[in-house]
Amino acid sequence: MSDQLYQDRIVALAKARTGAGKLAAPTKSVRRDNPLCGDRVTIDVLLDGQGRIAEIAHQVRGCLLCQASASALAAAAVGRDAAGIAEMRHDAERAIGRAEGNAAEPFSAFIPVKAHKARHECVLLPFEALKDALS
Amino acid sequence: MSFDGAAVRGQFPILAEMIDGKPVHYLDNGASAQTPDAVLDAVRTYETTGRANVLRGVHRLAERATDAYENARVDVAAFLGVPPLEVVFTGGCTAAINLVAYSYGSLLKPGDRILLSELEHHSNIVPWQMLRSRAGIELDMIPVTLDGRIDLDKLPGLLSPRTKLISLAHVSNVTGAMVDVGAVVAAARTVGARVMLDGAQRAPHGPIDLAALGVDFYVFAGHKSYGPNGIGVLWAKAELLEAMPPFMGGGSMIGRVTLAETTWAPPPRRFEAGTPPIGPAIGLGAACKWMMALDWTGAHAHEMTMVQQLMDGLQKIDGTRIFGPAGLQNRYPVVSFMLDGVHPHDVAQTLDSFGVAVRAGHHCAQPLMDRFDLDGTTRVSMAPYNDRTDIDALLTGVRHAARTLR
Ligand SMILES: Cc1ncc(COP(=O)(O)O)c(C=O)c1O
Repeated sequence: MSDQLYQDRIVALAKARTGAGKLAAPTKSVRRDNPLCGDRVTIDVLLDGQGRIAEIAHQVRGCLLCQASASALAAAAVGRDAAGIAEMRHDAERAIGRAEGNAAEPFSAFIPVKAHKARHECVLLPFEALKDALS
Repeated sequence: MSFDGAAVRGQFPILAEMIDGKPVHYLDNGASAQTPDAVLDAVRTYETTGRANVLRGVHRLAERATDAYENARVDVAAFLGVPPLEVVFTGGCTAAINLVAYSYGSLLKPGDRILLSELEHHSNIVPWQMLRSRAGIELDMIPVTLDGRIDLDKLPGLLSPRTKLISLAHVSNVTGAMVDVGAVVAAARTVGARVMLDGAQRAPHGPIDLAALGVDFYVFAGHKSYGPNGIGVLWAKAELLEAMPPFMGGGSMIGRVTLAETTWAPPPRRFEAGTPPIGPAIGLGAACKWMMALDWTGAHAHEMTMVQQLMDGLQKIDGTRIFGPAGLQNRYPVVSFMLDGVHPHDVAQTLDSFGVAVRAGHHCAQPLMDRFDLDGTTRVSMAPYNDRTDIDALLTGVRHAARTLR
């Protein structure tokens, strides 16, 4: 059997639900949909005066990969600005084989997704929403 | 004629294909069915012994091609129980619906109404929305019951003298429910509306007697009915086709072209502009013939036994819910379910690792998903070549997903 996609680390990230929910008074709230699969992510951010993330929350109506990615993102996003988030995205892209090099924590958890092209967007969707929220 | 599942299965070469050393349990027939030798052979015969363009040549190969193409029309017509000249070959089911929306739609006036349902495939919604923007017609929607059927109790209240067309899925691609065509046709007659059925999910389950159904338009897709890709069918009553202007202009659909003016060829050629998908049409003719040779009483019973086995098995797994009719009456072997706490895509991906192919997501029926606030469903769609080992493998995979992903 080849179900190496749902490895413990990915399942654990999704179940941790880090940052799941809403912010009471977000600076910005952005929703992104994947029209192909119907996954839906809403990201709330509270920014400080320098454009850095002070608080982040997400609501995911999507698959386990999308949930795990949003969870990993929320765990690592606080204190970062748009450039810092772009670096993290680069890590996620490395993990799924879209960029050269080794992915750092926590996104190395997504290496098993590399072989499943149809699921790459599931991992990237929370980043798309956050990018909009920071622009 | 009696139904022999193993013999049917043996006619589909792809079902012997191994992935990761295991046979594929193909339960995604609602998206695309597989193709039997009879169809592959017919296409190959055309490509190797009769390939040429149709209608335009006097040479022998062109005659063979034209004969094979027109014979395919005869076979499709026999499958639907209609005259061959009422059968129009299109590029697919979606193309056929768009043809009607454009061409029949051009005969409608602003304020005329078209009635659809909330469970339609996007291809039976979007072309009508486009017509609405173009021509100012209005759309009404029949609601869906909790068990995934078009709620015909609501139909009379939605009809008006301006209702010109009711266009519904014959069988839902999400819930497998078959609509009560007799009730729809009777209601339509009270206001003089036409009825169109989207037969994409009904045609793969045996011949249809359109004359007895009393509808005005019928469409289906070749690739879901054991035929090739790139071919679909529109059937409409001769008087309707006669009244409809062409959809696309080009070669083969004309009477006489001068630079000032063009007259139209009679149907069906009026609607088959340009070189048609000849090989795929011939393949679809062979698929219809193949279906007509099958014992559908036996095949349908076999399909419904699998549906029951599937529903019984799912009910034993904690947190599964079936979205669709609970019984076997007036339904076809398309079954949608949800596994609480696990997204349908994750169910389908897990099933793939067990060698089971299913579809997950919104099934191009987003309004239906919105109506029931679903993230999507996992859909199991069966064909006569499936058997209980396919359902067993699926249930094993669902149990695994339930154990590991929540
Ligand atoms: C009910 C229904 N209608 C229409 C279609 C569209 O068929 P096609 O994409 O082959 O044109 C489908 C296929 O998904 C369907 O299931």
